[in-house]
Parts: sequence; structure tokens; C-alpha cells
Amino acid sequence: MKLYLSTAPHIRSEQNTQSLMRDVIIALLPTTAAGIFFFGLSAAMVIALSVVSCVLFEYLWQRITKQPIRISDLSAAVTGLILGLNLPSTAPWWMPVIGALFAIVVTKQLFGGIGDNFLNPALVARAVLLASWPARMTGATAYAIPTMWSGADAVTSATPLAGYEASTMDLFLGNIPGTIGEVCKAAILLGLVYMLVRKVITWRIPVVFLAVFAVLSLLVGENPVVELLSGGVLFGAVFMATDYTTSPMTPNGQYLYAALCGVLVCVIRNFGAYPEGVTYAILIGNIVTPLLDKYSRPKLYGKPKKEKKEAKANG
Amino acid sequence: MAKNQKSLSSVFMNGIITENPTLRLVLGTCPTLATTTSAINALGMGAAATFVLIGSNTVISLLRNIIPDKVRIPAFIAVICTFVTIVQMVMQAFLPSLYESLGMFIPLIVVNCIILARAEAFASKNGVLASAVDGLGMGLGFTLAITVMGIIRELIGNGTVFGINLLGAGYEPMLLMVLAPGGFLVFGGVLAVANLITARAEKKKKDEKGVIHA
Repeated sequence: MKLYLSTAPHIRSEQNTQSLMRDVIIALLPTTAAGIFFFGLSAAMVIALSVVSCVLFEYLWQRITKQPIRISDLSAAVTGLILGLNLPSTAPWWMPVIGALFAIVVTKQLFGGIGDNFLNPALVARAVLLASWPARMTGATAYAIPTMWSGADAVTSATPLAGYEASTMDLFLGNIPGTIGEVCKAAILLGLVYMLVRKVITWRIPVVFLAVFAVLSLLVGENPVVELLSGGVLFGAVFMATDYTTSPMTPNGQYLYAALCGVLVCVIRNFGAYPEGVTYAILIGNIVTPLLDKYSRPKLYGKPKKEKKEAKANG
Repeated sequence: MAKNQKSLSSVFMNGIITENPTLRLVLGTCPTLATTTSAINALGMGAAATFVLIGSNTVISLLRNIIPDKVRIPAFIAVICTFVTIVQMVMQAFLPSLYESLGMFIPLIVVNCIILARAEAFASKNGVLASAVDGLGMGLGFTLAITVMGIIRELIGNGTVFGINLLGAGYEPMLLMVLAPGGFLVFGGVLAVANLITARAEKKKKDEKGVIHA
């Protein structure tokens, strides 16, 4: 029998990285299914390639650098799934592979692996692909109009943010051109509810992000409902802004971070050169996270003020 | 003096390998990031900087006993400016297309910290020949490092090297590599490889010494 010795407090929990990541994957399943339903086999291929290459790159890196192999914690699979959902269904095979290389090797492993990356790996991969092959990521021919397995050839179109006309119901259900994961808002909300119930995330980041964004959209004269249901803001707020490693730990930090993301998305959408700004908004939020954590540290209950000043003077 | 003459070859190799300005001292990062968008731009910048380095090192070494210590930096800069102006005019006359693509970065060689660093750290303290060789070594080290970066960035970002298409018509260039982030990414990668090679070499040296001791 093996005895573990440690000092108090002894917190017991069934939660570990693997169980949390499994919950995130379950929360992403409706979105994945909806994406495959709307865009057909090509969407399934993009997602599968992305997941497989992320896990493979993680395995190879850990193998080459002689670290313990940790692909069973499922974090690389989650990154791969989110990356796949961030791509258009028309993406050629090499795009998810190069994206996975940047997500896992450059963003995650080079900075120290799980928990040490300062940017969201899937978002960096998306930003790299967006800057490298803009025509394939945002051009008028990048996004297919949903075919729903009808056998018809896919027709490409601009997204709703770039001029595609769609009813509010279509926007909500996902019958619109867009990246595989962002279109079906109903499925994303289902995932959000699951993660909240399972306590994988708290309501703070997604709700504050979306609320600030909606209010600001109203102020600049846009229809907040249409804005919320267009593009990737919902997917970003629920699945990408809430990444543990790259979002603040303290509640106050989380409010500020989420509000900053909301403001940035609205500003980029309405005043920037790009039709969509979720990627860059959250990446900027990621960069500010250490600063927010530093300045939003909660006061310790019962700690005298004097001691704090002394500590500052000494430290 | 004898010691100086003996080490001319080591002064030369110092600039290329042990104290490579780009990869070991991490000086002159501004032209490194800005002009490595293509191999020919990098080579052009390297050649221009090498010429200025040899010229300024030689002249400053000649004048090292005349220049008052208090105003040495302005004096160095005046010498460097002279050579940069020569490069600029020659390039404008004979290589107009390279001159166009390097643009602002030609006059900016004046503030390239490699050149001022060599003037301050080497030319103002050493003989003429050693200073000229140091300029040549440092210049070639800089040229070598940024040309390698230029080749990598041009190949991935444009599918070509020195304008020759290597990857075929089917290759879709990765634009990021010729944009600013690509510069930082490739610079970081090349630095990491250089550090790895240095660390390996040092370890090997230590091991060999260990064997001798044993």
C-alpha cells in the first residue's frame, strides 16, 4: 500500500484534467453534430483531421523531447476539436494539419505544455491560418451554404456578417454559411448549459462577454439579436474565452476580461477592417490575463491593512 | 602587438560564429526582422552593412587616438553616416530595384547597433588591420544569419528562393511568413537552433576534456 503525505487542507475531488476535458468534449458534441449535419462529409473530415493531427503532434513532441506522454488527458483532443470547428468546411486537408502544428507545437508545447501557454492554442492556429490564407478563411468563396447531405454540390457565399441575408431563425439554428462550429447557436447554448450544470465553467465570462457586446452593439446602432447570432461571438464566448489557462482566475478579473473581449469584438466588427473580430478580441484578452490576475487579487479576510503595507515595503 | 596579429583569424571567426551579431549577441534585430522578407533583400542588406562595418571600423581605428573621449559617439556616427551615404548612392545608381525594396532601411543602417557596437567595443581599442578584419567577420556573420532567415521566409511565404520558384505552381504561399509575425517566428526558430548547436558543441568540448582527464 502506498501512503501519500501532504499538509492540510485536504481537498478531495473526483475532478481531474481528463474528466474536465471529457466534459468539454461532451459539451461540444451538439455543435459538432450540427456542423456535420449542415455541411456534410467535408466538415466531418476537417474536424477529424484536426483532432487527429493535434493529438499526434502532442504525442510526437512529448516523445521527441522525452517527456511523459500525456495525450490521455484529452486536452490536445479538445484543442483539435475546437480548431476544427473554427475552420470552414471547404478547408483543404493541409489547413487543419498546419493549424494543429501551430496550436500544439508553437503555442502550447514551446511555452511549456498544458497550463503554461499564454494564448489559446486553437485561436492562435486560427489567427495564423487567417493571416496566411485569407481567401480560404474569409473570402467570398470560403464558406459553403449548408447542403444538409442533399447531394447537391456545395455553393459558397459570404457569411451573414459580410452580406448574406438570413432570417433570425436560420441564424439561430445554423442554416447559414460560416465556420463549422459557429453556425448553430442552439447547439452552442446546449453545450453552455451542460458545462454550467457540470460546473466546468462559471457563468461569468460568457454572460458578461455577450451582455457587454450586445449593449455596445445596440449603442452603435446595430440589432443586438442579429449581432449575437452572427459570426463566431457565441462560440468564442462559450468555448474559447473560457479556457482555464488563458483566462483570469479571480472573479473580478474574469468580469474585466469578459467585458474587454465584448468591447473589442464590437469595435473590430463595426470600426475595423475585418467583418469578424472574435479571434483577435479573445487573443488580446488572453494577453491581458496575467495583468488582470495581478491587479484583481481578492483581499484576504481578516488580514490587517498594516501588515500588507509592511509586506510591500519589505518585498 | 604580436598577440593581436596572431589572433586575426580568431577575430574573423569571432564575428561569424562565437559572437555572431544576430544569433549570439542579438544585435541589429530591426533590420533582421524588416529586411528578411526575401533572400535577395536580406543579402543586399547584409552586403551594405558589411561594407559600412569594414569602412567605419577602419576609419575609426585610424582616428582612435585623435577623437576626444567625450565626443566619441557623435564622431563615430559621423564616420558611419559617411559610409552609409556612399552605400545609398551606389545602390541607387547601380541596383535601383534593390534600393526601392529596401527603402527606408538603407539610411537606417546608421543606427544599426552592430556597427556602433563594433566601433565602441573594438575599433576604438584595436589596430587598423584587426579592426577591418573584425568588421568583415561581423558583417559576414550578420549577412549569413539574415540570408538564412530570408531564404526560409521567402520559401514558405512565397514559394521561391532568390526569385526562383522551388515549390511549384500548386503551392499556396503562407502569407504570414512574409508579414511581421513571420519575421518574429523565424527569428525565434533560427535563434533556438543556433542555441541548440552551441549547447551541443560546448557539451561535446566538456566531454572531450573529461575523457582526457580520466
